[in-house]
Amino acid sequence: MTKNEIRSCEDALRLLAAYIDRELPGPTDAKVEHHLETCRSCYSRAEFEKRLKASLAELGSEPVRPALAERVNTLIRTFSVAGGD
Amino acid sequence: MPAQTVHSMPSEVDRAWFGERVDTLLPELYGRALRLCRHRANAEDLVAEAVARAWESLPSLEDRDAFRAWVFRILNNAFVSSCRTARAKADHEPLDTTDRAFSLFERLHQPILLWWGSSPETDFLNRLLREDLERAIHGLPEPFREVVALVDVQGLPYQEVADLLDVPLGTVRSRLSRGRSLLQEALWEHGIEAGLVEGDRKADPNTSEKKAHDQE
Ligand SMILES: [Zn+2]
Repeated sequence: MTKNEIRSCEDALRLLAAYIDRELPGPTDAKVEHHLETCRSCYSRAEFEKRLKASLAELGSEPVRPALAERVNTLIRTFSVAGGD
Repeated sequence: MPAQTVHSMPSEVDRAWFGERVDTLLPELYGRALRLCRHRANAEDLVAEAVARAWESLPSLEDRDAFRAWVFRILNNAFVSSCRTARAKADHEPLDTTDRAFSLFERLHQPILLWWGSSPETDFLNRLLREDLERAIHGLPEPFREVVALVDVQGLPYQEVADLLDVPLGTVRSRLSRGRSLLQEALWEHGIEAGLVEGDRKADPNTSEKKAHDQE
């Protein structure tokens, strides 16, 4: 697949997002990895994008207001169970 | 607690187990919901709905060790059916793929910034606050925000996002690419406003010329 040949930084950068998302098929993934090992500029770029993605992942957890915790607890108490009334 | 299927109606023991698991995961459920719905009240409603749905489906959960991923899937499905607006579901104009993506990294490395430090991008990320990222992601147009929230915040594979939103894989890729580009642009603009990019170095030559001209 010529589409996945990496001959230049441009080729590597085109695949970089999918590489960081671990969405590339094995052989292509290995080619990008090889490029990053040998190209300082693309390596820095990859590190930057990875760190930014990791910062976004931290937004997936958020302190909960006591009111929400209480609401959820109350809700769970209303669930009917076997052997209950 | 044995990891076994609850065949019929859950018991009091199941309820205690469920309550404890939900309580532990609440910050994550809420964080995910907030990125998807943006508004606190909607996000809280979504969490409550997901918890109710999870309880109803509990008899179908075969492996209780898989509870975490399972309940997040339920949350996302509840988002699609309840919280997601018609605007996000609507078909969109095909994106102009010739439009070059905005790259924060490239901006930080433009020659005008070169004397800034050895690693301007690391400095920039270090100065960036959690709330800066929140504001940037919440400011994205909905179709892009939800894909960024699912792939970058939640770490879901593209195919799972495509299935969830019922769009082709290519649409996930293009929305993600556009969403990230817009996000980086928003962070760059915020960086300039908040002084994360210092002094005159931030200046676009055209802008500073125009400003100088306006002041005359
Ligand atoms: Zn390179």
